This record gives sequence, C-alpha cells and structure tokens, in this order.
Amino acid sequence: MKNTTFHESRAFRFFTLWLPLILFLLFLLFPFYWTLVTSLKTDAELHSLTVVYWPQQPTMAAYRYLFQQYNFLHPMRNSLLVAVITMALSLTVSTLAAYSFSRFRFPGRKPLMMLFLTNNMFPTVLLLIPLFTNMRKLGLLYTPWSLVLSYTTFTIPFSVWLMNGYLNDLPVSLEEAAMVDGANRAQAFLRIVLPILLPCLLATGVYIFMQSWNEYTFAVLFTNEKSRTIPVALKNLIGQLGVQWELITAGGIITIIPVCIMFFFAQKRLVSGLTAGAVKG
Amino acid sequence: MQKRRSRLGENGIWPYVLLLPALIVMVSVVVIPIINAVGMSFQYYNLTRPNRTAFIGLDNYTKILGSKLFWQSLWRTLIWVFFGVGLQFVFGFMLALLLNRDYRGRGVVRAVSLIPWVTPGVLIALMWRWILDGNYGVFNDLLKKLGIISENVAWLATKGTAMPSVITTIVWQGIPFFAIMLLAGLQGVSHDLYEAADIDGATRRQKLFYVTIPSLRNTIYVTTMLRIIWVANSVDVIWNMTEGGPAYATQTLSVYIYKEASSLNMGFASAMAILLMLVLLLVAIPYLRSTFGQEG
Repeated sequence: MKNTTFHESRAFRFFTLWLPLILFLLFLLFPFYWTLVTSLKTDAELHSLTVVYWPQQPTMAAYRYLFQQYNFLHPMRNSLLVAVITMALSLTVSTLAAYSFSRFRFPGRKPLMMLFLTNNMFPTVLLLIPLFTNMRKLGLLYTPWSLVLSYTTFTIPFSVWLMNGYLNDLPVSLEEAAMVDGANRAQAFLRIVLPILLPCLLATGVYIFMQSWNEYTFAVLFTNEKSRTIPVALKNLIGQLGVQWELITAGGIITIIPVCIMFFFAQKRLVSGLTAGAVKG
Repeated sequence: MQKRRSRLGENGIWPYVLLLPALIVMVSVVVIPIINAVGMSFQYYNLTRPNRTAFIGLDNYTKILGSKLFWQSLWRTLIWVFFGVGLQFVFGFMLALLLNRDYRGRGVVRAVSLIPWVTPGVLIALMWRWILDGNYGVFNDLLKKLGIISENVAWLATKGTAMPSVITTIVWQGIPFFAIMLLAGLQGVSHDLYEAADIDGATRRQKLFYVTIPSLRNTIYVTTMLRIIWVANSVDVIWNMTEGGPAYATQTLSVYIYKEASSLNMGFASAMAILLMLVLLLVAIPYLRSTFGQEG
C-alpha cells in the first residue's frame, strides 16, 4: 500500500471502488425502480410502443384498485398473523436450542448440530406432498397453523446458527456470577442473558419475519381464499385476461416496504451475528 | 473458556430438554414427511384416481430412470445450479469486498444493496418477467438504445435465451446473500494477518489470495453448500417466470416434481423427489465432512 502513489490516487479509487459499486447498485436496484415506475403508470403509458422511463401523469389508481377491488388488506393481515406467530415460535425454540449448543458439551452434540444444519437440505417439493396430506388429516390445512409450523421448521437452522453466534460472544462468567449469587440456571438466563441478547433476538426475529412474509411455494398449497398470504395474492392478480402489470407492481411495492424498513434497522446486527457465528462455527 | 464450559456441561438431561421443542417441530415437519414420501414413492398414488392407489414396488423409479425427460431435467438442474450459484458467489464476493471498504455513506450502500435478499421470490420472478417482456419489456428497449439489438427479443419465450434469463434472475436474488455472509466473514478476519502481510510487502492481490480467501474458507464452504441446496430446490422463480417452458427449456428437477405434484400424481412425484434428495446428499456429504471435520 505504501509503495505507490497510484494506489492512493483518486483515479485508482474510482476504478476499484466507485465504478464497480455504481454498476452493482444499478443492477441490483433497477428492478425496484422499474417496479415503482410501472405501478404509477397509466394504461396508455404501460402499453405504448415507446417505453416510458418516468410517468408523465403518475397515478395511484393501481393502489386504490388493489385495496378497493381486491381487498389487499385481507392477505396482508393473514401474512402478518402468520409471520408474527412464526417469529415468536421459531425464536423461542431456536434460542433454547442455541443456548444448549453454546453452553453445554454433551454426548450427541455434534450429530444433533449436524441434524439442525441439514434440516433445510431436503427438497421442498419432497416435504410438500406428505405435509399436505398430514395437515389435512390434522385439520390444519387452510389455517395459519399449517404455515406457522412449516416456516418455523425452515427458519430454525439459520436462527440457531445466528443465536449460537451471539451466545458464543457472550462471556459465560456473567451467568456464573449470577449462579454463584444463588440464581439457578433458568433465572440466570432470564435475568442476565436474555436482556443482553434482546437486540440480537430482534435481528433474528426480523430474519424469521422476512422468510415467513415472503414464502410462496408452501403458501400456495396450504391456504385457500380466506387464509391466503401476500405472495399468493400477488400471483393471483394474474387473471385470465393476461397480466395487469400496474397491479402486480403496486402490490409488490406494498409487500416489500414493511420488510425493507425492518431490514434497515436489523441489518447491522444481522451481519455482526453472522460474524460471530462464522468465526466460532 | 473451554474448561469452564465443560464444567457447566455436567448437567444431565438439561441440554436435551432445551433441544426438545425444536426437535419436535423438525421431526413433525421434516422427518415424518420424509418417511411418508418414501412410502408414497413405492405406490401408485394419484389423487385424481384415489381408488386405484396400490403398492407397485420400484415401478415409479424404473419409469423415472427410463425417461428421457428426467435425465434432461437433471442436466438442466446441474446447469442451473452451476451457473446460478457460481455467478452469485463471484459477484457476491466482489460486492462483499466493496462493502467492506471504508467510504462515506457505506452504511446506506450496505443496507440498500442487500434489498433483493428480502424480496419475495414470486415478486422477483414477476418483476424480471416484466423487465424481460418481449413486447413492452424495458430490457429490449435499453439494448436497442445501446445499439446491441435491432429487433425485440422474447427472452423468456425463446428456447436459447430462457435459461440464461432465469439464471440471471436467480443470480440477482442471490448476490446479496453471499455478500452479507461473506461480509460477516470478512469482518471476522484478524487485522494482525493483514498487518503481517503488509510488513512482508504483500500486494493487494496477494493479500486477497493468501490472507482473505483462506481465512474465509469455512464461511465459503457453508454458504456455497447452503446455496447449492437452496437453488437446486427452488421452484418459485422458474415457476413464476416460465413454468419450466418453453418446450421444457427451463424445467429443472424441482420444477418437474412440482408440476407432477400439482397435477396430483403424488407417488411419481415423491419418487422423483427422493432421487433429487439423493443427488443433493452426494453434494452435501463432502461439504459437511470438511465443515465438521475441522471442529473435532
């Protein structure tokens, strides 16, 4: 680094940092720009032979139509319900499991960790078929619970990995001190560990929420008209008369706004949790 | 630290009790359905003809292994995974290196460039389908403005361009995943290593290949494995872009299975899903061995 002045020059920085960064951002963000623009277009602009890059008369008609004609609030409510319950359930079981992996050394720890990690390895389509039959037998089909159970399972591996990373970063001496003072392990966990972990729990919770909010393949089979979640509702906007792109893109914008906001807040903590998990395995 | 933990570790059944809730959920949603699927794969089990359900031994498997469509779909799965994950990794790594540099506005750039990761697969598929649309698509318009093409191309409806199009879409989706995981890994690389390399007069390139990449080995292993499996299993992007068409050009095994399951041909679909699982296990075993081998 110290040997050349070229490496410190502006030109060097432009070509190795700013130019690639701009290209990346253009590629990654253009589809969102295009989605937003499409959702604001009038029908004439949408199907004009010259492509319009910014609507001359932006209109919110698609958004209004979505809420008035398609009752888009209904699938939003379903998605919210599924995502929140999944978050609570998956966070609870994952934190307990991560605590066990992080604080105890016991026979079978390694194979069990392996089982947790490989849990996601099985083809979704393989589980889909028998799960559909089992859910129907249990009377869970078309209720939010069929999705909650599925999503909890699929978010466990990553959540355990994250929580395990955060916990490994936390000195054991904290709990030991509490236990010396007469608290039992559960009390030490609830009063000492949990409050410190709260931001990490929130970050992991955001990850779980995002996954449940976005999932499509299970949702399309496990829901009906009443319990349908957003991704399914989005796909269902494709009618027999062809695709109404202004509606789909408007629905898309509505869908990603809540998760984007949550992600912005959790992003930093997610990366640090992954760092901890990555370093100590 | 290690010593203290092992002292705490003599706690009898506690570690198992804490694992139990997660295990119960996983057994009911993963283990039992897999056992069911194995059973189904030996049956004629078509929900449109429920009364013809019967045990037929290996018939589903022999039928699958003898069909050309299966082998073609397997080959397309390999292409889909190889290019999909390969390009995601290369570009994701580049992005992670960029996001790890120091500059003003880094926080915003980081958050913004990771948004594709939080976007639903269906929406991604539909967004790209609209961008690549043959009549009104903006991609054609951009290429025409740049003088690369003169006539509109129906990217998703043409046999030769459909697969590259869906691969581009999955790459777009996966870049942020690799970027975020590798960025986390990069932040864990000890600064001492770079300082030592500086003292030895290492160039940037040398530091990348002799310090950064070796330090990230574990992260690279785990993330590529997770991603290979995830991409091989993914249905929603292809399904919502092309439904496996035109003329099977984008039909991977997962999409084929999904199609059969949608037409309620459950026995046949299960047998094919089991075969897909076996293929994925072949990929995963060496990965798992090296990941866990290091620990013990």
